[in-house]
Amino acid sequence: MNASELKQGDTAMIHHVEFSDLRNKLIEMGCFEGNKIKRLYTAPLGDPIAFDINGYILALRKEEAKLIEITLKKIES
Amino acid sequence: MSHSKVKHIVLAGNPNSGKTTLFNALTGLHQKISNLPGTTIEKKTGYFNIDNQKISITDLPGTYSIHPKGEDELISVGFLIDPKDAPIDLVVFVADAGNLSRNLLLYSQVADLGYPMILALNMNDLAAKKGISIDIAELSKHLGVIVCPVNARNEIGLAKLKEAIVKVDSAHQSTFYDGGEISDSNFFSNYRHFLQDQIQKLKEEDPEQTKKNELDISAETTARYHKIDKILSSCLEQDAKKNKNFTQRIDSVLLHPIYGFLVFYLTLFILFQLIFKVAEYPMNWIEMGFAFVSEYLKNSLPHGMLSSLLCDGVIPGIGGVIVFLPQIIILFALLAILEDSGYMTRVSFITDRLMRKFGLNGKSVVPLIGGMACAIPSIMASRNIENKKDRLITILVTPLMSCSARLPVYTLLLSLLFIEKDQSWVDLRGLILLGMYLLGFVAALLFAFLFKLILKQKEKSFFILELPDYRKPRLKNILFTIKAKAGDFVFNAGKIIVMVSIVLWFLASYAPGNKFNDIDQKYSTYTGEDKALKIQSERLEVSYAGILGKTIEPAIKPLGYDWKIGIALVTSFAAREVFVGTIATIYSVGDPDDEKTLSAVLASQKRVSDNKPLYSVATVLSLLIFYAFAMQCFSTLAVTYRETHSIKWPLVQFFYMSGFAWLMSFIVYQVFS
Repeated sequence: MNASELKQGDTAMIHHVEFSDLRNKLIEMGCFEGNKIKRLYTAPLGDPIAFDINGYILALRKEEAKLIEITLKKIES
Repeated sequence: MSHSKVKHIVLAGNPNSGKTTLFNALTGLHQKISNLPGTTIEKKTGYFNIDNQKISITDLPGTYSIHPKGEDELISVGFLIDPKDAPIDLVVFVADAGNLSRNLLLYSQVADLGYPMILALNMNDLAAKKGISIDIAELSKHLGVIVCPVNARNEIGLAKLKEAIVKVDSAHQSTFYDGGEISDSNFFSNYRHFLQDQIQKLKEEDPEQTKKNELDISAETTARYHKIDKILSSCLEQDAKKNKNFTQRIDSVLLHPIYGFLVFYLTLFILFQLIFKVAEYPMNWIEMGFAFVSEYLKNSLPHGMLSSLLCDGVIPGIGGVIVFLPQIIILFALLAILEDSGYMTRVSFITDRLMRKFGLNGKSVVPLIGGMACAIPSIMASRNIENKKDRLITILVTPLMSCSARLPVYTLLLSLLFIEKDQSWVDLRGLILLGMYLLGFVAALLFAFLFKLILKQKEKSFFILELPDYRKPRLKNILFTIKAKAGDFVFNAGKIIVMVSIVLWFLASYAPGNKFNDIDQKYSTYTGEDKALKIQSERLEVSYAGILGKTIEPAIKPLGYDWKIGIALVTSFAAREVFVGTIATIYSVGDPDDEKTLSAVLASQKRVSDNKPLYSVATVLSLLIFYAFAMQCFSTLAVTYRETHSIKWPLVQFFYMSGFAWLMSFIVYQVFS
């Protein structure tokens, strides 16, 4: 599952960023293994998407969000 | 440590970390502060004294990492890696306490360059609201440097920071990461060399090398984050329940698929109302003031070449620049509010998808909106677009947006279209004017799309943008922005405009041989009231400007123009609004501000060849279209040259715009005549 498939308001755990020119940039922006990612908003037409990454908001295009592999996290009560 | 020597310190940090606010608080020297990543475009230096120690402080554009992606990131990183003849004695790293993990990544990279460091932990109040508490002593122990909590906005903690700046020895090093934790990697042994190498490889754009680099670097980044997280687990606590998020509540409206766009349109509507309605009053006062000064000097100075140059060349030239100041000030004040508050990044977010279809980027929206006021600062604002192709296309199409200099031209031409018609029930002029703005926007998208197809690109377009927390815009910041931008406009753009208006004055005031004398003699016995005007008009025809107009007449005849309009086309290449003044001079209308007289005179003009009205509907429409599309602005070409570092792109811009203008005007004229 990748970050673009995350549902609005859901939180997941990042486990891998696929290789591309943007890999390092995404990791720098906090998309690294073990960090939490939550989908916050979606722009009109479904793209780009804004995520909460460790307490700040990061906007990514769908194409870039697809590079981020995630595993769904059980919602903590 | 010698107290006579100046200590050179550098401020480094992520965008939106409050770095520039801290710079202003420390030095009292002011510059633009904003939430839009990457608007601190040039490095700025200020000075201050502590205990007789002179300190120079340099502010660099914010960057997320030492591996640059955009043009302004490259400026900061290049300076840190190789300061050349400006040695760095100390780096004060500004970190947003609310987002410490990501901020510490760049901190760790800069520390590994071997600089003595101080960590200034900014915005602790906001972090506390997010439920974050940091053990300063523990953090300081782990990093091996002094950590100073500050609040740059309220100027809290500055005294302690200054104390630390004096105290830290220039020889003190506290490297963060030696690379030993990564197996089979020895490139950290000399981090600086590694980075220099890497930037060189980026410039060579070798795809294989880039790929290898990307792997090496991402391994390094991940390893750094692991170490950072280990440190933070012992000195940072987060109370998730306390996270009252003000920003997210506003965003649920502003980023809403429907309300978001409504708010955006409403914002644009208010922006234009303010630019056009409010600016009108001071603009009229300025025009009246300059006309008065010009008239006064004309009457009080002895007649002669110098007084003519001053009253007909220089003063109207300066006036033509100053008159746009109110619009520029209002536009930049409003844009500064939108940027400072954090809203501009949201506009980029909601429009990215649409702009992408046309080869642009969400970040292109800011220059395009600004282009409706003036293309010059808007083109400069494109620097924060990381992708080279997206940025180039944005620069090339921004001048197609109808700017404020086109407004006086449109107004005059529209008054010709409706000179006798009754339009009591609906203001058609207003509608057509709106249409002209839309036309500019549509043309900008169309050409962006064409450039997208034509231009090759090696790198992939991307959109990775931090949406910063909303903050209340600060009046002080906005005033500094206005001061900087207005000064830039008056002195840089103004210089060119004044120079060109002096040249034009010469062209219009001199003729080869004794032609002016011949005209004077011809009218020596003439006693009509319009004697002076008739002489002026005939003089223009034989002047160098007149010769110029006649030379280009064959090229513009198919568009329905004669040599007189030709002169106006040439003179208004300096700046579009010069068209109105030139036309007024050519047709011998004393007061160019009196539109009724001017349009009445124009309406009575007959074409020499067939004696039909010169300013027919076809000609006027053709002129409207020409001014909408043609690259009639020397200053914009100069800025394009400066931003693209190449003579090629201003030439492309000139030929595609003016060529398209010629073609469209030709079609319009042929269809309507």
